Amino acid sequence: MDVLLAFTRPALDWHALAPELTLLAFGTLITVVDIIWDDRSKQAMPTLAGMGLLATLVPILTLAVDGTERSMFAGAYVVDDFSLVLKALFLISGYIVILMSVDYIREGDYYENEYYTLMLTSLLGMVMISSSRDLVSVFVALELLSIPAYMLAAWRKGGPRSNEAGLKYYLMGVFASAVMLYGMSLVYGLAGSTTFNAIAQSMATDTTNPIAILGILFILIGFAFKVSAVPFHTWAPDTYEGAPTPVTAFLAVASKAAGMVALIQLVFVAFPGRDDVVQPFFWVISALTMTIGNLIALRQNNIVRLLAYSGVAQGGFMLVPFAVAAEAPARAFEAVVIYLAIYAFMNLGAFAVVLAVARKTRSGEIDSYGGLFQYAPGLAVAMTIFLAALAGIPPAGGWFAKFGLFRALLDAGGSWAAALGVVVAVNTVIAFAYYARILVQMWFQPIPDGDDRPIAVTGSLGAALTVTIAATMAFGVLPGLVGHFGEVSVLSALGG
Amino acid sequence: MEVTGFDTWVLSLAVFLPLVGALVIMLIPKAYESELKLVALGSSLLALVVGAYIAIQFDYGAAGDLQFVVDKGWIDVINSRYIVGLDGLSLPLLLLSLVVVPLCLIYSWNHIPEPGNPKAFFVLILILSTGMNGSFVAQDMILFFVFFEVVLLPMYFLIGVWGGEDRRYASLKFFLYTLFGSALMIISFLALFFLSKDASGELLNTFDMRILTDAAGVGIIKSTQVWIFAGLFMGFGIKVPMFPFHTWLPDAHTQAPTVGSVILAAVLLKLGTYGFVRIAIPFLPEGAIAWAPWIGLLAVIGIIYGALGCLAQKDMKRLIAFSSVAHMGFVMLGIATLTDFGINAAIFGMIAHGLITGMLFFVAGSVKERYHTLEISRLGGLLKSAPRMGWILGFASMASLGLPGLAGFWGEFPAILSAYNPGAGMPEETFRTYMVIAAIGTVLAAGYLLWLYQRTAFGEPPEEFAGHSIADVNRDEWIAWMPFLVGIVLFGIWPNLIFNVTDDVVSGITASVEAIAAGN
Repeated sequence: MDVLLAFTRPALDWHALAPELTLLAFGTLITVVDIIWDDRSKQAMPTLAGMGLLATLVPILTLAVDGTERSMFAGAYVVDDFSLVLKALFLISGYIVILMSVDYIREGDYYENEYYTLMLTSLLGMVMISSSRDLVSVFVALELLSIPAYMLAAWRKGGPRSNEAGLKYYLMGVFASAVMLYGMSLVYGLAGSTTFNAIAQSMATDTTNPIAILGILFILIGFAFKVSAVPFHTWAPDTYEGAPTPVTAFLAVASKAAGMVALIQLVFVAFPGRDDVVQPFFWVISALTMTIGNLIALRQNNIVRLLAYSGVAQGGFMLVPFAVAAEAPARAFEAVVIYLAIYAFMNLGAFAVVLAVARKTRSGEIDSYGGLFQYAPGLAVAMTIFLAALAGIPPAGGWFAKFGLFRALLDAGGSWAAALGVVVAVNTVIAFAYYARILVQMWFQPIPDGDDRPIAVTGSLGAALTVTIAATMAFGVLPGLVGHFGEVSVLSALGG
Repeated sequence: MEVTGFDTWVLSLAVFLPLVGALVIMLIPKAYESELKLVALGSSLLALVVGAYIAIQFDYGAAGDLQFVVDKGWIDVINSRYIVGLDGLSLPLLLLSLVVVPLCLIYSWNHIPEPGNPKAFFVLILILSTGMNGSFVAQDMILFFVFFEVVLLPMYFLIGVWGGEDRRYASLKFFLYTLFGSALMIISFLALFFLSKDASGELLNTFDMRILTDAAGVGIIKSTQVWIFAGLFMGFGIKVPMFPFHTWLPDAHTQAPTVGSVILAAVLLKLGTYGFVRIAIPFLPEGAIAWAPWIGLLAVIGIIYGALGCLAQKDMKRLIAFSSVAHMGFVMLGIATLTDFGINAAIFGMIAHGLITGMLFFVAGSVKERYHTLEISRLGGLLKSAPRMGWILGFASMASLGLPGLAGFWGEFPAILSAYNPGAGMPEETFRTYMVIAAIGTVLAAGYLLWLYQRTAFGEPPEEFAGHSIADVNRDEWIAWMPFLVGIVLFGIWPNLIFNVTDDVVSGITASVEAIAAGN
């Protein structure tokens, strides 16, 4: 009794929690509407979900305008510019995914209302993870975003491949969580606290303890599963291929970004003094992930699998700055955030084209893109822009992301950083070789079945394409737009 | 010079007008074919008019200084700015690029290669044009990099869609080689950003090419300069292309559609040599001095290898492509001497090679269109079946082999001569050996070009074409070719038209290299 009475509610900053609460409210609203009106509400669901995401952007904007850093629960939950930038990125990515989902989910034989509820729940986890500066809150947020994603991957419940996708994703995800939890328990045991700040102090003072090294590595490996880094990537291609395509886009972009965000906070906030463990780990993992992802992508014949492996390789690029996190913290940090933001738009765009083309060809084979330029020049040009961006060719956006990597590496200096720079350069070239295979089909090859009817792009898919093209080109021509957000988030997270 | 009013816009107009044209064309439906073509030609001609205005307004007394400079904020977070400007080095190359594009459009007016689609074809050429023009006026390394890369995709598609049988292989090879070079180039640019210091030892942290030219690599130790130069060498050397990175060129040229080959030879290759003169040498003089003998070596290997390659070719277009390798070898030899004389000759060589080889590719394209083959052994008697075209081929071949009085001479001869007396701090014997080898190269050039001419133009037309009437040069071809022919003669008899413009810039570059060499 005494214990209960002694409990005082920690101070809650309702403004800081407003985005999470808004999202939660809309998720609940969708469920309630579904229960009351049942099938009659189906038409309204995507609109309601989309509105929920846009409404959540409002408190994020007001918090950004307000500009003060808000910290709750003894530093376990922090709302700063970094978290706001990433929350906005998750919500916008989520909105684009919903635009991509509307027709796909409606036309297939799927549960509609639950789909959007789960999507919103998963996004809630992502929004939370970017504020979590504590082992427990990171873990809770991670599970909150992962569990709905397992179900979404298996959404095509009649198809064995989709079931396989969901099951594989689930088993590997749970395994990763277990490894991560074990690492967390070790780290907690040593630090005596779960907040990142306390862990940072304890880890930096006690640098010889092998248990600490083990704990750090286990936590990082757990997240390496989430971002599908080699050698923990094996679930990704099967899951991506089997899951419904909008869900694949969601996993490849938003879910991966969430893992990256957690890694950013762990590396820069929880383990800043442990570059002796963190940097070699990421050097090896990023080099492996880029190279192996790219080499396997060269051999793919299915476009979704190709994009899956390309996503693995892109994840490798994003991990590169972590390898110089101590020498050039600000630049490395900026590089990851900028890469995430640009990657979100260019990769979602590529998936939107895949969805649009599949509406006509009903195929995911690369060969089915033959002659796309002749009967759907708009889609072919759009895909060209996204592939050029992914390959890092100006003026499409991706070049600035790659540029950020090189900038971080050269700012750090030293032969290891330079060597990793060369690995990145070589991988850029390998990557173009498989992106070019799609270009070759679209532009140079004849139409496989001679059917040159144009493709009707639906309104919502068209909107998704417009947004992603505009963002991809704007980031390429005026990279200052995205660079500004990168800089802002560095300042807040590193206290510079 | 304070830039005011309209003059602040001219360079940007010259760069972006073709892009505006391309965007307008994208909005016009495919069915309005002649309107599409008019917009394309109109925008490129408008850019050319702006170019003419620039050439008239240019202060030739101060050709060593950047003019029409615009310096505006662009990517503040990385301290990269939109800086464009034009000096005596950029002016001739910009004009070359501005002239070649409308002529290529006119040439393609009624001969869009298979599989047609003039809309896409013209859009790509116009985007290409923006990339080329921009590269020659950009004065910020990141801006330069972006323009340099903008060129890649349109050329890839021009070769890949409208090219010959092996187009997929050729286009991918072109792309991957160049992409690899540019990835290393951007690493070098960043190294320059982080390491360059001013005279007082303060870190500059700038991409501004004007400041880096003034800094002249002070504060970067020699071994680092050598490494950074190596990265730039890969970026620019692949583009030139220098032996042993040249293998993409014969494939790309052979497979590319005619105007693709013309633009590739006339302008794109010059981006590489321009990069050496504008960026690599002035920014890293010590690196340049260390690398120069090796560049010279690769250049003369290229000269001989290209020439021998020509002698072995059975295909006319492939032969011209290999001759490009040889000619760009002369240009690189001139640059490698790091002398006033040599670099001026190299810049002249760039323009001359652009005009002459561009012309040869035009003729090759027209021959292919008429005979449906470029196999040298099946051709012959061009002077009988199409005498005017035969004479033009002869004229361009003579110019290409360096006949005095035509433009080719002033690119090659001074480049060879300059190797007799290389810049301060360079091994004289080595360069004199290069000179002798390069001179042998000119003899070989005369050999393969005259042999080509004999086999294709002399004698009786072969039997397989006996029944066909071969059309002579038509109106579109005359319009497209005349400026090339006039340029070849004009610059041949009046080389100072170019030398006077470029000399101020070049002496500025070599002076700083000499100062560094003297300091060692």
